[in-house]
Amino acid sequence: MATITALGYDDLPGLLTRLTGDEKHDWSSLSTLDVLWVLHDRVLGPDDRFLLSKGHGPAAFYAVLAAKGHIPVDALEGFGSFSSMLGYHPDRVLVPAAGIGSGSLGHGLPIAVGAALTGRRVYCLVGDAELDEGSNWEAAQYAGRISLGALNVVVIDNRSSTYHWPGGVEERFTLEGWSAVRCDGRDHASIKQAFAAATGERPHVVVADVENKR
Amino acid sequence: MSMRSRFYALAGEALEDDPRVALVTAEIGVGELPEHPRHFNVGIREQLMIGVAAGLALEGMRPVAHSYTPFLVERPYEQVKLDLGHQDLGAILVSTGASYDAARGGRTHQAPEDVSIMAALPGWTIHVPGHPDELERAFRQALRTDERVYIRMSEEENHAPVNGEGLTVLRAGSPLVIAVGPTLGQVLAATADLDVGVAYVSTVRPFPREALRAAANGDVVLVEPYLAGTSTAEVAAALVDRPTRIFSIGVPLTEFRHYGTPSEHRAAHGLDAAGIRTSIDRFL
Repeated sequence: MATITALGYDDLPGLLTRLTGDEKHDWSSLSTLDVLWVLHDRVLGPDDRFLLSKGHGPAAFYAVLAAKGHIPVDALEGFGSFSSMLGYHPDRVLVPAAGIGSGSLGHGLPIAVGAALTGRRVYCLVGDAELDEGSNWEAAQYAGRISLGALNVVVIDNRSSTYHWPGGVEERFTLEGWSAVRCDGRDHASIKQAFAAATGERPHVVVADVENKR
Repeated sequence: MSMRSRFYALAGEALEDDPRVALVTAEIGVGELPEHPRHFNVGIREQLMIGVAAGLALEGMRPVAHSYTPFLVERPYEQVKLDLGHQDLGAILVSTGASYDAARGGRTHQAPEDVSIMAALPGWTIHVPGHPDELERAFRQALRTDERVYIRMSEEENHAPVNGEGLTVLRAGSPLVIAVGPTLGQVLAATADLDVGVAYVSTVRPFPREALRAAANGDVVLVEPYLAGTSTAEVAAALVDRPTRIFSIGVPLTEFRHYGTPSEHRAAHGLDAAGIRTSIDRFL
């Protein structure tokens, strides 16, 4: 597919405007934007797998995929329309680069565990409120206890979980045997460093702090 | 050897023979299945069991997940729907317990609705073997594909396997009594002296509609070891251009609060030979 692959972070607002038709929005407020960019620009290797579990609000994800040449830029127009490959929740059959289809919360992390069991290095993005779903903890417990070092998770933490995570959600992961690093989810160097802290000997979680807009 | 023992032996063999095969369990069957680097027991975590199966399939493996019927298909039903179906990933789900094998265990361990809900999801092949040899055939077949396959094992089984696939006519006649899986023994006993046809089906999705069209030349009685009427719509669709009465015998849609034995449950549901005979006489 003929796509431009030389787009950068500064092109994301333009791509997002094409996606939504909204020219006034401040796109920098999208909670996942910086983490997704750093992952795709500086962290993911060609053999790594990325699974977006938090499928709500996939605009930033689509913009990053387009910037990186994984989907045609033209596909951004018609977002959510009948024949578009890009819906309000991604579908991996329509967009293979999406990794998985998501939307119903709490599915990505268990699938990521299965993929990581084969030795594949996997990165899975979840939201802090998504972690309300118990299926995530089935996965986090098992992965921690078997020291599943191929697994990396990033929690976008905008403190949107109604009942919160006492002591920070990383406490829950470290209790289960994970390594954990909290970082500034807007600071690209900080995000990169947090991922680099993974040892490969046990699963690793990056908790990316972003502002709470509520 | 029961279907369950046969499955455990076959699963162990498959792990040895095929590096793509992986087994995912949630404690059930772990004692009977071999330890193996590709046997992943995730503990009592059924949502994870299906998610892990999906992740393995995503990496090109051929996952086999196994548990008690309600914990394999009902508790993680959304995982079955999304992690496998919606992601377009394949897996073999093999359940044990059927409708009322756990009669003493009570409602929590019984799942007469399993085939009905699995059939509500697109793209699944559903086998209801009536004999360990049929289980073996279905399992080996499933291992050779990347399809989504559900195999429902039961303690109840027929005296001998039926070798044909699709719909096998055992006795031509009308009305045609279709025995599904392990109901065949009771159906044969119930109809021995009746002027009816008898056919056998152990793969119910996709339902062998064409074979049914060829075999039926009148009304149809469907005898299913799970929720009555689970495949009635399939029979109706197959015979849509012919005026046909369809009568469905199976587990009734009730909250059944009895313990006891499987054969007591079978009789209570009218699925033993006497109950099937009474129902057919009434229908005739």
